[in-house]
This record gives sequence, C-alpha cells and structure tokens, in this order.
Amino acid sequence: MAEFRLPANSRIQPGREHKAPAGAGRVRRFHIYRYDPDSGANPRIDTYEIDLDRCGPMVLDALIKIKNEIDTTLTFRRSCREGICGSCAMNIDGGNTLACTQAIGDIGGDVKIYPLPHMSVVKDLVPDLTNFYAQYASIKPWLQTRTPAPPDRERLQSKEEQEKIDSPSACILCACCSASCPSYWWNSDRYLGPATLLAAYRWLVDSRDEATGERLDDLEDPFRLYRCHTIMNCTMTCPKGLNPARAIAGIKQMIAERKL
Amino acid sequence: MEMRSPMGRALGLGSARSGFGHWWGQRLSAAALVLLGLWFAVSVLGLVSTDYWAVAAWAGEPLHAILLVLFLGTLLYHSSLGIQVVIEDYVHGPVAHVAALVVNRFVHVVLAVAGAWSVIALSAGGQA
Repeated sequence: MAEFRLPANSRIQPGREHKAPAGAGRVRRFHIYRYDPDSGANPRIDTYEIDLDRCGPMVLDALIKIKNEIDTTLTFRRSCREGICGSCAMNIDGGNTLACTQAIGDIGGDVKIYPLPHMSVVKDLVPDLTNFYAQYASIKPWLQTRTPAPPDRERLQSKEEQEKIDSPSACILCACCSASCPSYWWNSDRYLGPATLLAAYRWLVDSRDEATGERLDDLEDPFRLYRCHTIMNCTMTCPKGLNPARAIAGIKQMIAERKL
Repeated sequence: MEMRSPMGRALGLGSARSGFGHWWGQRLSAAALVLLGLWFAVSVLGLVSTDYWAVAAWAGEPLHAILLVLFLGTLLYHSSLGIQVVIEDYVHGPVAHVAALVVNRFVHVVLAVAGAWSVIALSAGGQA
C-alpha cells in the first residue's frame, strides 16, 4: 500500500535552538529540517533566530547566513541565486519553491524549511534526484529527425512554431512540480511526473522534431502518463510560472487525436 | 542489492502502449451519466409517494426499462474504471495489486448483471 506515515527512522524529533545575538533588531525564527544519515539519528528540526536587519531579503540569503555565521554543518544545494539553475528547490512555508526567489517578507510568522517532499534525503535539504533525472533522460529530451540538417544553416521555425516551445522550454528541472504531485509521491517508480512530461511535451510540439509518433508510443501507458489525475499541484507550485498540467493535457489530447 | 542503472529502472518494462481506452471510457461514461443521472433523479422524484406497483408499472415502459439498464450499466462501468485508478494509485505489491484489480472487475460485473436482472424482473410484472 501507499505509505501515509513516515518509517520509524524518518520521524522528526525536536532539535537545537540557536538564539539571536543580544541587541538583534527584527528577529525571525527559521525551523529547518536536519538529517545526517551517517549519524544514525532520526531527522530533527533545528531553530535559528535571524536578525533580518543583517540578512538579505530571500530565504536563500538566510540559509547562506546560517551556514556562514551560525552552523556550518547545514547542507543545501544552491548556485545561481537568481532562479535559473533550479538547485535550491525545497519546501518552504508548506510549498515547493526556490529558496533564492522566495522573499522572507512574503512569509507570515516562522519560516519552516524542509527538503522536497517524498524524495529520499541525502542530507538536510538535499534530496536524491537520481530517479528524477533518469526519467527526464528516458524521454530522449533532444531533437530527433530523419531529414538531415540543411548544410548551410539551422533548421528553421516560424515565429508561431517557436512560440509553442517558448514556455515549456523555460523549465529549469528544479523538481518542485514533481515533488508536489501526489501521483508522483505514490508511483514515482512508474509515473514520469509533471516535469518530465512537460519536457516530453516540449519535444512533441517542436515543429522540427520528427519523432512525434515514437514519443507518443513511449508515453501512452497507464502509469507513465495517465497517472496524472489533473490535481494541478504542479502548476500551482511552479516557481517559473509554467503550466505542466496543461502540457500533460496536451499530450493526452495528441494521443486522442491519433486514436479517434 | 540492486545494481541496475537509474536509466534501466526508469525505463522498466517499457510502455504498455495503452491507457487511452480507459481515459476515454471514463470521460464518455461521465458525460453519459450526467444525462442519465438527471433523467433518473427527475424520474425518482416523480415516483415519490407512489407505491411499489406504480414503480413497477413505470419500469414496465420499454423506454424506462432500457434507460434504467443503461443507467446502471454506465454507472457500474464508470465505477469500475474509477476504482481501478484508486487501486493502481494506492495498492502496491504484485500480488495485492493484481488481486485487487481482479476483485474489482468481478464485483462490478456481478453487480451489473444483478442490476439488469432486477430491472427486467421489476418491469416484467414486479413479482421479484
């Protein structure tokens, strides 16, 4: 059966408190999930008090401040700090988003930070994305053609054709959507999940691609595609404002078109 | 210990190349149920405060009997597809998964046949 309760070794315990220094101005409390598989201990929630007058505006600024000044053992992924690399995807204030584009000021009360849900945790806020990346690679996310490329120039697209792939190719593969999808939680071994299906759609609607039929063959499966029940958490949570749910509906529509 | 590559696991047994029929059947039966359900609800409201024999006479009309059988059949078909999805979502493990799917099918077929027989018995004179 689907697991609705965390296994005994994953249940979260209370953790340490790191108080703000005396004289701190605007203090905000950050409750952060901590887990170190090498220690053998259960995960815990550590609390850090941060003086917002001495911290940048985004959640990632607070995490970096904690790591630099309070607790160097805190582990998380980050790189670009401007919402284009997708590294710092995590569950903040109950929703999956990027720590670098989530303003602390937009969160009411204490800030709660967990890793992306229902993924194995490597350490603290770092989830294991091995399966997520393998699923993405499995849909052959590259241009497939039979027509050889023109010798003297690129394969051309009209402006309208390019606009079709504009939005789906803006996906940064942060995994916020897939990790927000209940269907993906229960069946991530067989369901591809919204991020991978959005990528598949991006190649299905690419006017230059000539493998549409094969791509649809590989997607038409009760689990790979049809586990999507239009819950739409993916679209709700996407930090880039993309719409994976509509892309999945588009794939189902293409399959319907070739069957009816 | 599993030494299989992540890609090998992701590809698994490959695509079943089916799933459209289930998806389409669910939508078609849902649309049919809107019409049949409305007809059934209105009809039942019209039969409130009548007795068993009035209902039997009403069900004896060929059009009513046909629509009743269609309503029950569509309802149980739609229910069978829906519960199949719930099982596929939540019941894991090869034996439990397949067993649940088989029981689901059997129960729905039995209910559909029993429903059709009930309508026939009722409309054929109401002795049942």
